[in-house]
Amino acid sequence: MTESVSRQPQTPPLVRPREGRLVAGVGAGLARHLGIDAVVTRLALLALCFGGIGIAVYIVLALFVPVDDETDETLETAGTGEDASTESTEDAAKRKGRDISQLLAYCALAGGLGMLALLFGGWFEPVLWFIIFGALGATILWQQANPALREEWMSTSVLGQSSKSWARSGAGVLLVVIGAIGFLAFQQQLNEARAGLTFAATILAGISLIAAPWIVGLVRERDRERRERIRSQERAELAAHIHDSVLHTLTLIQRQAEDPREVQRLARVQERALRSWLYQRPADAETTVKPGLERVAAEVEEAHGVPIEVVCVGDCPIDDGVHAELRAAREAMVNASKYAGSDSISVFGEVDPEEVLVFVRDRGTGFDLDAVPEDRMGVRGSILGRMERHGGSARIRTAPGEGTEVQLRMPRDTESAA
Amino acid sequence: MDDENTTFAESGAAPRVVIVDDHRLFRSGVRGELGDAVDVIGEAGDVDSAVRVIAEKQPDLVLLDVHLPGGGGSEVLRRVLPNQPEVTFLALSVSDAAEDVIGVVRGGARGYVTKTISGRELADAVVRVADGDAVFSPRLAGFVLDAFSATDAPPMDPELDRLTQREREVLRLIARGYAYKEAAKELFISVKTVETHVSSVLRKLQLSNRHELSRWATARKLV
Repeated sequence: MTESVSRQPQTPPLVRPREGRLVAGVGAGLARHLGIDAVVTRLALLALCFGGIGIAVYIVLALFVPVDDETDETLETAGTGEDASTESTEDAAKRKGRDISQLLAYCALAGGLGMLALLFGGWFEPVLWFIIFGALGATILWQQANPALREEWMSTSVLGQSSKSWARSGAGVLLVVIGAIGFLAFQQQLNEARAGLTFAATILAGISLIAAPWIVGLVRERDRERRERIRSQERAELAAHIHDSVLHTLTLIQRQAEDPREVQRLARVQERALRSWLYQRPADAETTVKPGLERVAAEVEEAHGVPIEVVCVGDCPIDDGVHAELRAAREAMVNASKYAGSDSISVFGEVDPEEVLVFVRDRGTGFDLDAVPEDRMGVRGSILGRMERHGGSARIRTAPGEGTEVQLRMPRDTESAA
Repeated sequence: MDDENTTFAESGAAPRVVIVDDHRLFRSGVRGELGDAVDVIGEAGDVDSAVRVIAEKQPDLVLLDVHLPGGGGSEVLRRVLPNQPEVTFLALSVSDAAEDVIGVVRGGARGYVTKTISGRELADAVVRVADGDAVFSPRLAGFVLDAFSATDAPPMDPELDRLTQREREVLRLIARGYAYKEAAKELFISVKTVETHVSSVLRKLQLSNRHELSRWATARKLV
């Protein structure tokens, strides 16, 4: 068995680990080798011990299974045999410290089982097994009460969560019932107990009939309370938002009522904040054109108080060129806000397969482009120059009295466009 | 609409309008802003009363809020249009979320403007919609361009599922903030032609079963 398993490549070799051992690491080593929990191997070894054979098996394994050399090379030179094993156990115990409480638990278990065996005069006494069944069932049921353990159990099992917990409860109850009935049967008390059992079962059925509606009610109540809690949390969030920003803005507006421009600005800022909170999914603000353009517009609007309407068609990631384009667009928006005297600014972004276009338009005073001196940095440097440096182009259409439109085009990176 | 084939814009007659909005304050605000340009003959604050008032008053146009108690603007369209196909609807909303805009236009509204629109522009839009034209805000134009954006998938109905080059140009200008008149000048066409293009886009938007459009719509949970 051991050999056939160890031939499989993924299976860890049978070695005695240096860490996590209780006596000589045989249980832990077997568990790791077989890919099961150490508790199982330890219990199996413990059970074998009662037949006597387990002790021999344990000693043989302890002698012939090598210590895990990956964790400690120095022990390789110490050789094999009893010396090495005792040496290594002591060594490990000194370094890692054994889990004494676990060891005690196993000892207590062994002692208890031994006592029972003595009490009932042998291992083949059925009554003993029914007691063990009952105890096992009780353990399973009690485990259910421990949330941490429950979690752990659920993750290892194959079944769905709720069905798992039901299966466990069922198994536990079954084991306890088998244990109890078996115990009574083999104590030759089942017949006497039958009347009592019938009585108890009847009472239980009656109680559950009485209690069932109440329990169902409790469960429903709990669900309702949970929903209520979620709803009130949402309400609290909404209230916090309204309270924090909207009421604040309204107060500011009342205080600055004589300054219509500031009132408008405050109202716009608040409107945008509320709008993005209500309608927009959390945007990946800095990575694509659409939210990027909206953000730039929002910032300029906030700084200069002229409403900016952004419409964007299509979207793509922001690369260096597009980044420069957004900077140029910002400059155009700032110019329009500052000098055009327009009521509002329209910004239109369009992402083509080949290029990213941005139009910034106002209906303000406009200006004579030829009359702008060569050394005026605003338009030439920040807009035209910036676009050309990154391989794009900019066009400004304006005439006195006809407003201004800045047209920006930036070819897209062919690799990212593909 | 007018039986004598004259438009409101030409005759200067005020279209008869019902305002449907659940905010009383907003209704009176709009009434005041619209002034003499239109004749407000009724108001309603929810879907049921809207359907009743529209049936009763037989208006030329309904200013319809997208968000209404009792099912929203789309519900009003669904219940009124089968019985009174002659009534035109201009949708009005604080929201410029795509699902609201496209949803109500697909439902039969001939235009969509946001409530931030100025009184003069609104009156202008009302007259134009009452005359049978379509009114697209820059944002609606953007949404439409997005929804009809070119894909590799072949259209199921080439006439309905694809915008012509000219329609795209018109929509792009509207999205850039151009008024119809400005767009007409830019493209060297008449305002009437611009209006024709926009109306044709509206029809496509309402009738197209274009795969891309329905996918786009379901991604935003509408239609």
